[in-house]
Amino acid sequence: MAHRVGSTRYRFGVMVGLLTGVIATFAAASPAAPRDQDKGDAAIPQVAFINQEIRNQWQEYQINPSPPASAGEWCRRVYLDVLGRIPSVEELEEFTSSRDGDKKAKLVSKLLYDEKYTEEYARNWTTIWTNILIGRSGGSERNSLTSREGMQKYLRDSFARNKPYDRMVYELVTAKGSNRPGTDNFNGAVNFLAMKVNEENATLATAATAKIFMGLQVQCTQCHNHPFNEWKQQKFWEFNAFFRQSRALRRYAEGTRDVIGAELVNQDFSGEGNDASDAEIYYELRNGLLKVAYPVFVDGTKIERSGYVQEVDRRDELGKLMLQSEYIDKMIVNRYWAHFLGYGFTKPIDDMGPHNPPTHPALVDYLGEEIRKNSYNLKELIRWITLSQPYSLSSKINSSNEKDDPLLGELPKFSHFYLRQMRAEELYESLMVATKAEETGGGSYEDQERAKAQWLSQFVLAFGNDEGDETTTFNGTIPQALMMFNGDMVRRATGSDRGSFLWEVAHDANMPAKKKIEFLFKSGLARKPTSAELGIAQKLMMARLNDQGPNNKKPDLTKAGIAALQDVWWAVLNSNEFIINH
Amino acid sequence: MAIPQGMNRRHFMSHLAGASAMTVPALTFGNAIRANAQELKRNRKSAIMLWMSGGPSTMDLWDLKPGANTGGPFRPISTSGDVQISEHLPMTAKVMDKLAIIRSMSTREADHGRGRYYMHTGYVPNPNIEHPSYGAVISHETIDQRPELEIPPFVSVGGGSVGPGFLGMAWAPFTVNSNGQIRNMNMGMDQRRLMQRMAALDMIESGFIKQNRGSAAADHEKILKKTLNLMTSEQMRGFRVNEEPADVLERYGDNNFGKGCLMARRLVETGVPFIEVDLGGWDMHQNIFTTLADQRLPVLDRAMSALVEDLDQRGLLEDTAIMWMGEFSRTPRINGNTGRDHWARSWSVVVGGAGMNGGIAVGNTNSDGTKVETEPYTSQDVMASICKALGISLDTTFTSNNGRPMKIANSGKVIKELFA
Repeated sequence: MAHRVGSTRYRFGVMVGLLTGVIATFAAASPAAPRDQDKGDAAIPQVAFINQEIRNQWQEYQINPSPPASAGEWCRRVYLDVLGRIPSVEELEEFTSSRDGDKKAKLVSKLLYDEKYTEEYARNWTTIWTNILIGRSGGSERNSLTSREGMQKYLRDSFARNKPYDRMVYELVTAKGSNRPGTDNFNGAVNFLAMKVNEENATLATAATAKIFMGLQVQCTQCHNHPFNEWKQQKFWEFNAFFRQSRALRRYAEGTRDVIGAELVNQDFSGEGNDASDAEIYYELRNGLLKVAYPVFVDGTKIERSGYVQEVDRRDELGKLMLQSEYIDKMIVNRYWAHFLGYGFTKPIDDMGPHNPPTHPALVDYLGEEIRKNSYNLKELIRWITLSQPYSLSSKINSSNEKDDPLLGELPKFSHFYLRQMRAEELYESLMVATKAEETGGGSYEDQERAKAQWLSQFVLAFGNDEGDETTTFNGTIPQALMMFNGDMVRRATGSDRGSFLWEVAHDANMPAKKKIEFLFKSGLARKPTSAELGIAQKLMMARLNDQGPNNKKPDLTKAGIAALQDVWWAVLNSNEFIINH
Repeated sequence: MAIPQGMNRRHFMSHLAGASAMTVPALTFGNAIRANAQELKRNRKSAIMLWMSGGPSTMDLWDLKPGANTGGPFRPISTSGDVQISEHLPMTAKVMDKLAIIRSMSTREADHGRGRYYMHTGYVPNPNIEHPSYGAVISHETIDQRPELEIPPFVSVGGGSVGPGFLGMAWAPFTVNSNGQIRNMNMGMDQRRLMQRMAALDMIESGFIKQNRGSAAADHEKILKKTLNLMTSEQMRGFRVNEEPADVLERYGDNNFGKGCLMARRLVETGVPFIEVDLGGWDMHQNIFTTLADQRLPVLDRAMSALVEDLDQRGLLEDTAIMWMGEFSRTPRINGNTGRDHWARSWSVVVGGAGMNGGIAVGNTNSDGTKVETEPYTSQDVMASICKALGISLDTTFTSNNGRPMKIANSGKVIKELFA
């Protein structure tokens, strides 16, 4: 387990050291120089292909990529992106001190396949996919038909078992059953659609399914042919027809009208013409003309028109058709690429229709084919991306690649790592790890998730419309800064009570003062402090002693030491370097 | 401990530059800028946007078509101005002499996200560039009129706004809840220690910025400084709607939107140039008429009328523009669920204050509300008109971060009737 700290009292000598300015002797900390100049491909053909395609574009645009990130930076990055948290000091040092030429590949394999990390891997990807499938606020609406817990349970099981992605898509689109864990006929996958089928003729289900799994933005074509989008209104309603047998039946608390759950079922659909054997639906053109639609997949494949569930399970047919579509391959590749590199091959990532060509078309096609060939093993996709050259690059910009800045409206060339802020969930988990909170507190998985959800809810802002659009105030603005300055979580993380993280660090007899400061910098920033940073830490120590009265003959060094560590740790956690994945 | 009173943040910040702050045993937090209230109010322009998230059915509020098959059940009533509005807005009717209805809005975005963006920025969404919204533009252009302002110039009550785009995170909306309690304001330590912490933070922060990794690093630092300003400012009182007497709150309505409008008034008085107040729940695909009559309109009516009244009474209305709008409106045709769907082709927005003509309707729609019959106006035109009212030059050009020049309000044209 992570670094154990002893409980011996703070040694006097150490403190004297701090006081008398031995700083100079331990100021040797030098910023980690870029190492492992490998542009290798770890002997993985997919990695080689990625590198080649990305380099081709650099050449075309005469861009020199940034050098590789330092070992510490890369390690922090890969923990954050794969597990959703920064590495502990022990994990960091294990990687940075290794001389194994293959250590990157080994670390990625460990994070993906070592049992020790299965739960964290599953937790992280469950969080990410829950937000994709039901939004940050899904399940918190009054009388909601979504069970966030149920959604998470399904996803956690799926990611823990590394269920093939195509299987997940099929299950989510075709799911039937009860939405809450512990109920009869429970099937957590129903929570994706349960809130999206009852109202407005399941147009929400139509739009979400097309967008999330196939990268097709169809919501505008509901009402009219879209000027910039090849999707026509007819196609929207043909796709919609697949969802028209589906209903979410409310389950009430006994004797009340309080919804406690829902069951997603398929029912015979008699169509708007009232003939279930030929269940048609109508939609209205802008000029008022009524048109008819039957279930037809985006590629033109038709299915039986019957609305009888016994004869045709429309969602099941849809699920099967989707699995044959290369749209799902391209969409998952784009989604994962954007997760790791900060930008996808299209913007937005879930708009991949013909009107919005990707920046690296050959690479999208290739990775799409490869993920299909590799049985939709998402862990392999992660391995290819994380071991690629673009993922290995420093975020430091040079004169040749400064133009490569998507914030300036440029198409991403991936010639340096793009800065991006941690998600709120990543911050939460990172603080848990950095302060070892998970060892002391916790409770069951569900309790932990509930505590996290409650903390996260402060950042969610829902727009007042039926489509459940929402945004987050965890976006680098003042409320977030206030939370980091003064919020409960950071206050707890910087607490000094007996047994707390800082208390343990302060009382670790094996760590001299400099090491304690180093430990905090490594915990938060995956690097050693500079000499100037050590200098300011020393001044903080003196200031905390000064707090006890300038003429105090018997200063309480332990107390001052912990207080100084609190100051340093607070500064580390509030820095750009901490909150920005770099 | 409480927020320190009367601290001068410029003085404060100047001590954060380096470790020298450490050796200063105690800093004085005196010398607060106490600007002359009268002087501040002169020439200080502000704007309030009442944002109706979800797309309000304007033909049931501002442009009624009684008797038409699209008209719905609501009756028009007379107002203090030369216009008629819905019977469910009786209090607003009394202040319509101060407001103008633009009945000839015709836009093309009928998707929530796109419409929200378009109506807030004057631009249609473009994947390669993010345009600044009203709040960012107006605070950017009027910030020099209020050197004393210590709190964010762009406040969004209840959320739902659009961001600062290429103007940068420094112009992002400060999003608050309508209760006016800002979370995490309490430092829990004395200022001297906070400053010392800030000095350590500043070292890490600027070290990272110097490594040239992209603009996000420096943006973070700007927000830190703004946050520190805010934590130590007396102007935060502007947010505390609960300090208002009960009868005032009652006039606005004791609900989120009512409190939001009251807060908007307080913030204008404090010197904040742009406040957006969100009222959601207009996406009425079903049961539109009962929902309007029983839920949305009473809330809107109280708050909007009280806001106009108060601004007028305090002499603030002549320097404060008010806008009422949503992302689009709703179909004249009433659907099978007694609802109306999304519609952008012919609809209304309401503006007033800051010298714009009141009591009028600009333009008109045809007899069933499906078509604009006069010169159609767009989001750009509304934005250009608001800028003109606030004294912001329409020749203002921004340089977007890809170096392209961008005319303010997307070169919209001023709606003449508002100024004639």
